[in-house]
Amino acid sequence: MIASDLIVALPEVVLALFAMAALMAGAYGGKDKLALPILWATAAVFVLMALVIGAGSYETRTAFGGLFIADAFAQFSKLIILISAAVVMVMGQNYLTARDLMRFEYPVLITLAVVGMMVMVSAGDLITLYMGLELQSLSLYVIAAMRRDSQKSTEAGLKYFILGALASGLLLYGASLAYGYAGTTTFAGIISTIDEDGMSLGLLMGLAFILAGLAFKVSAAPFHMWTPDVYEGAPTPVTAFFATAPKVAAMALLARVVHEGFGAAPGDWSQIIALLAVLSMFVGAIAAIGQRDIKRLMAYSSITHMGFALVGLASGTAQGVQAMLIYMAIYVTMNIGVFAFILSMSRDGRPVTTIDSLNQYSRVEPLRALALLVLLFSLAGVPPLVGFFGKFYVLWAAVQAGMVWLAVAGVIASVIGAFYYLRIVYFMYFGDETEPLDRAMPPLQAGLLVASAAIMVLGVVNLFGVESLAALAADSLVR
Amino acid sequence: MVGLEHYLTVAAALFVIGIFGIFLNRKNVIVILMSIELMLLSVNINLVAFSSFLGDLVGQVFTMFVLTVAAAEAAIGLAIIVCFFRTRGTIDVEDVNVMKG
Repeated sequence: MIASDLIVALPEVVLALFAMAALMAGAYGGKDKLALPILWATAAVFVLMALVIGAGSYETRTAFGGLFIADAFAQFSKLIILISAAVVMVMGQNYLTARDLMRFEYPVLITLAVVGMMVMVSAGDLITLYMGLELQSLSLYVIAAMRRDSQKSTEAGLKYFILGALASGLLLYGASLAYGYAGTTTFAGIISTIDEDGMSLGLLMGLAFILAGLAFKVSAAPFHMWTPDVYEGAPTPVTAFFATAPKVAAMALLARVVHEGFGAAPGDWSQIIALLAVLSMFVGAIAAIGQRDIKRLMAYSSITHMGFALVGLASGTAQGVQAMLIYMAIYVTMNIGVFAFILSMSRDGRPVTTIDSLNQYSRVEPLRALALLVLLFSLAGVPPLVGFFGKFYVLWAAVQAGMVWLAVAGVIASVIGAFYYLRIVYFMYFGDETEPLDRAMPPLQAGLLVASAAIMVLGVVNLFGVESLAALAADSLVR
Repeated sequence: MVGLEHYLTVAAALFVIGIFGIFLNRKNVIVILMSIELMLLSVNINLVAFSSFLGDLVGQVFTMFVLTVAAAEAAIGLAIIVCFFRTRGTIDVEDVNVMKG
């Protein structure tokens, strides 16, 4: 009985045990001398677990009496989470080593955060949801403040902690109301209660609080205040991590809660999510215009992108979930490329993050400037790059669900948002003369930058088959 | 007779006090930590009240998990505040302003 349960959750169990073993090895073995081997081992374990999950069956299996669900949807999300976490971790190691931040706690905390994310996307119960979310969040608060001697990093950690704890409180209050009015904490139980007795006021309140808490975690407006500060203050490799895997996990969790827990009443939540989506798209697009720091700019960019992903979710259909998953996969790929570039931005060995430092960059490094240009065009959603198809899928899902106004709002927001991406391109190709950036870039980062840009161009052929996998995943969630 | 609604009212009041404590507080970060704790404990009152009302143990199990996580959260919060104090020499809320949002 327990053995069959553990097999369903095997990747999570292995990662949790690995994290503890790595912590012991680091604490008793040699402290930060072991940091680099532990980091590579962690990345290897992530890739191994991704292979195990990818090769596993697509069938829906549940464990621990429905607390834990392993289905195609969880499988798809976990693959993105594991691979992006491994890539981002390896990508940032030069930066961390050069700035004396390479501590053995870093890979351990990332592993724990990833375990939390995997539990989140597999949650079949409000308790599992909460435990996964907290494991992820608590690890992330610590990594945000990892640069202990920097005012910005500790402030970022403090702000992230306070607002994150507030969000957890809201979510938990909603969970307690949902438990009280549905009489159970399992998603299956909640959905059958709504099926039989309809949506009671208490359950609706619970749903609203849960959505508010999760909106904090995906940094959707109006709950986005922490994002720019945390992105700016945290060390850049940590920012790159924040912008990828946790976003996928929180978005997948949101999809699972609304479809598996409250799927019987889509009218009630799709309005809330549509509102969050519109606000995020416009707040992100408009507030980014005044930003001069590329990390803050990427924060607002991620708020806009979360808005687009929420458009897919707001349509409340399997097609919408599929569009959301495709969007997240594309978003993560683009962000890995852009952050690979941001990590290498330095002048005389000191990191710089202002966008006008990119003036005339195309003369210094034409190839990298071209790759960044492709990525920025893709982020802006310029056809025929892959980023355009991501936006097209979510907006089309909204139109199919009869929410034409939402799709129109999305198009307008993406036009406004294109401005600040294009301004970076303008600086790179037509900016004033300034002191150029350092030319040195670790081969791995350069490779990831170019590969990510190449995917944005080559992916237009068939999106590398992500479409059919996402369809399979969406069908397992929306029944 | 004390019924379910009394417990829910107390919990809601505590929860709102917690939220206001975070937003209206202009003095000290420790007070924010206390407010967060207040929010989590009000949720526990809710869960236990519902659990007793429904005759279902899951709510009390949930409470145990929440208590444990709240302890871990307080530990991490205090650790971050210590780091913050070391770099800044103060933990006044007004001084958390190197970056403007």
